[in-house]
This record gives sequence, C-alpha cells and structure tokens, in this order.
Amino acid sequence: MAIAVPAAPTAEIPTIPLRELLPWLLMFALLALITIFFVSADQGAISIPSGNAIHEWVHDGRHLMGYPCH
Amino acid sequence: MTARTFLINGLIAGLFAGFAAFLVAHTIGEPPVNAAIAVEESSSAHEHAEAPAGHHHEENGIVVSRHNQSTWGLLTGTLSIGTALGGLVALAAAGVVGRIGRLRPTQSTALVALIGFASVALVPFLKYPASPPAVGNPDTIGERTGLFFGFLAISLVAAIACTVLASRLLPGLGTYRTVIAALAAYLVVVVLAAQLMPTVNEVGTFPAQTLWTFRRASLTTLATMWGTIGLVLVGLVGRAHQQAAVESARRELAASL
Repeated sequence: MAIAVPAAPTAEIPTIPLRELLPWLLMFALLALITIFFVSADQGAISIPSGNAIHEWVHDGRHLMGYPCH
Repeated sequence: MTARTFLINGLIAGLFAGFAAFLVAHTIGEPPVNAAIAVEESSSAHEHAEAPAGHHHEENGIVVSRHNQSTWGLLTGTLSIGTALGGLVALAAAGVVGRIGRLRPTQSTALVALIGFASVALVPFLKYPASPPAVGNPDTIGERTGLFFGFLAISLVAAIACTVLASRLLPGLGTYRTVIAALAAYLVVVVLAAQLMPTVNEVGTFPAQTLWTFRRASLTTLATMWGTIGLVLVGLVGRAHQQAAVESARRELAASL
C-alpha cells in the first residue's frame, strides 16, 4: 500500500518560529483592534472623539455585522 | 513562507471578504434595516410632534443620509473589519502552520478560518444576536457592548486554548478522540458562560418577521465575510507553499551540482 504513494509522504511541513511571528502579531493585532473598535463600538458605549459622526457613518455596517449599535 | 507572506495574503483575502460582505449586506441586509428604521420613525413620530427628517439618534448631531449609510458607510465598515480580520486570521494561520498534526498549510489555514468563524462570529451571535435599529434601549448600550465583547472574548480564548490542547493531545489520542475532546471542552466553556451571563431582550413589539429577516441577513453577511477570508487565504497560502517548495527544490538541485 505504501509503495503506491509516489511523492515522499513525510515531506517537511514548514513552521514559522514563534519569535519571528510575535512582532508581526503584536503590531498588527494592535492596529486591527483599533480599527475594529472604531467600526464596532466607538461613539456607542465609549466615545473617542465625542460626537456621532463615526457612529453615523458606519451605522449600517455595525448593525449588520452584529455589533451592539444603540 | 514567513509571517510577512501570511500577513500580505491575509490582507488581500480581507479586502475581497470586505467587498463580498458589502455586496451581501447591501443586497439582503438593507431592506430589513430600512424596514426597522421605518418602525423606529413611526414610533418616535407618536412620541414627538415632529418626525425626524433622517435617521439619527441625537437631536443636534451630524446626520449622514440613508443613501450614504447604506453604500459608502457600509462599505467602509465591511472593508475595515474584513481587512482587520483577514490579517488576524492569516497571522493565526502562520502560528499553527506545521503545528497541528500532519495538516498541510492549506488545511491548517482552512481550520483556522473555520474555528474563527465559529468562535468569533457564530457563537457570539447565538447568545447576543445582531439587532436592527429600533431594537435596543440606548440607555443599556454600555452594558450590552460589554456583554457582547466579554462573551466574544471568552469564546475566542476558549477556542484558542482548545486548539492548543488538541495539538498536544493529537499524537497520543488520535484525530477522532482529540477532535471530540477539544470540541467538548470548548462547548463546556461557552455553554456555561452563556448560561451564567444575562440574556438581553429589548425586542418589545418589534415585528418578528423583520427581526428574523434582519438577523438572517446579518448572519449571512458574517458567513460571507469569514467564508471569503477562508477561501481566498487558503488559495493564496497554497500558492505560496507551492512556490516555496519549488524554490527549495531548485536550491537543492543547485547545491547538488
């Protein structure tokens, strides 16, 4: 049965060292969280800056992507 | 393959996903949103003598027209969330590649997207479903936001922990038992959290049919978002993996000459 497999079945699956991944993950997670905050929650529960312009602009997306809007 | 490869592919997948989610949300989500705003305005018209001209929540706040909200505003939201989620999914996929049993990069990436959809979108939706305009008391927005993101965080942390646990159990238990054990552990955590956390019910007399149509459209939008991230990212990761394999084969050949 094993003879029928043409390519080497034990082909190396690459891994990415965690110490190489960590700075990318930290940096991008910070950016992504800020982005998600502005679209999903800003000027609802917390307002930075105060007002309602961001809330109103992304209003439909906030409702339809399931975030609590108002 | 490096973290950079994954992130770039994730951002591309996220842009596609944001656009696909916009098309779905605009097509099937906007009708129930408009119906909900009509309900909201008819009920506030009873309360106030003058009906408000647009859809806004503060008396002297900025008013964005419904046309802009349902097109450019919606597109801004889905593209931002799509790109952010695409990048995060890709970096998570970069972390698990080669670390879950003998799964190939495309398979482990698909698994990450699937776990992401279930734990970040589907499970939070089942406990705290999306609500259309006119459903939800503005006075409880702080509490509801906290509950939603709190439950989302519990679900996500549990999913990550169970995935790490599964990768440890896999050599000893085998695939079938590992999947059952990890899935059971995740379900115990989220079901317990869902039972302990308060239920939000501010639907009132809102029409049930509109609520169902809206929630179905919302879940379809989320499924489109995550599905597109998964499909595009798996394709791009597969291509990158193939290119890396060709590259290393060529290098081996050159070294042997």
